[in-house]
Amino acid sequence: MAADYELVVESCLLAGRLMMESGAETYRAEDTMDRMAISQELTQSQSFVTPTGIIFSGNKNLPTRLVRINARTTDLGKIASVNNISRKLAFGDITIEEAYSELKQIEDEHETYPFWIQIVAAAIASGAFLLLFSGKLLDVPTALIAGGIGYAVSDRLEVRTRVKFFAEFFAAFIVTVIATISVASGLGSELDKIIIGSVMPLVPGLLITNAVRDLMAGSFVSGLSKGAEAFLTAFAIGAGVALVLSL
Amino acid sequence: MIYVAQGILSFIAAAAFGIVFNAPKKSLFYCGIVGTTGWIVYMYVNQMNQDQVSASFAGAFTVAFVSHIMSKKFKMPMIIFSVAGIIPLVPGGTAYNAMRSVVEKNYPLALEYASLALLISGSIAMGLVFAEIITQLWTKAIVKLKTKP
Repeated sequence: MAADYELVVESCLLAGRLMMESGAETYRAEDTMDRMAISQELTQSQSFVTPTGIIFSGNKNLPTRLVRINARTTDLGKIASVNNISRKLAFGDITIEEAYSELKQIEDEHETYPFWIQIVAAAIASGAFLLLFSGKLLDVPTALIAGGIGYAVSDRLEVRTRVKFFAEFFAAFIVTVIATISVASGLGSELDKIIIGSVMPLVPGLLITNAVRDLMAGSFVSGLSKGAEAFLTAFAIGAGVALVLSL
Repeated sequence: MIYVAQGILSFIAAAAFGIVFNAPKKSLFYCGIVGTTGWIVYMYVNQMNQDQVSASFAGAFTVAFVSHIMSKKFKMPMIIFSVAGIIPLVPGGTAYNAMRSVVEKNYPLALEYASLALLISGSIAMGLVFAEIITQLWTKAIVKLKTKP
């Protein structure tokens, strides 16, 4: 099989970029790229993945390629689809041309849940967390509203401004304002628990888990930078809440 | 009774988080199951020991272990199942209390809460890693047994 090596390298880079953009672990992206390359007879391939860029070299005759990763979100469905394609390619069920066109298809027209369903889900999660943390049933409506609005604000602001920390800060600020108003007007009773429950959809849970797993897998560059991102995000949320509380 | 109520609530929370993180439709139910098992183990250990740190370790260990089983069964990356299950264990309340104490200028109390939050995060991380290593050893042992003549 005289495979088109440039297409192989291109597909590996695309797969790695899609995975890192949707929040996969670094070692999983590296592993996927290596497996894809090995299945296409590029046994000497080397990949180096960081949260902000990927360096991939096929073999000594091919140029080493670099792609930059600009936006990072959380999209578990995309990770599953890319993983599925690389699995099929490694087992020889599809050719590299088919794999490349399928990856392109994922990049262009990947389906997500409608935005309003995500907001509703975030709201329900906030309400459930309030009760999990032994809150009162009386406070659930406030948590639903604050959690939904907080998530919507952070998502829209992130799309508009491209500054994640500002979006999280502002969302936490709004959540706390809503909670304070409702407690002041007698609709809610426990300010602390409402805020904790409603802020939960903003918490960088995926980043924290990934940071630790990358560190343990030996990807220190990615682990530290993801840890820094998680810390800054958590700090932004804390600052947003603290600003209202100290007023 | 309280366990049933908390189980249902944690199921709803984890499945809702699955939607927020855009997990595949057919995995949502199992995301919820992972969340429930992790939270019930967390609650049980917390009640027995009155210690959040060891409870978080046990909860995270369970979440990662169950996620591993699910990922083998459905041939999907483990991360899809584990993320939603870990979220309820994240020490949001402790971190909140720490920050609130800072706002109230009660710095000794703030330090106390902050170090507790740090310890809990560390124990969650350890739980995840332990479960992963144990499942890796386990699968290696099975492969060895199978390849033996």
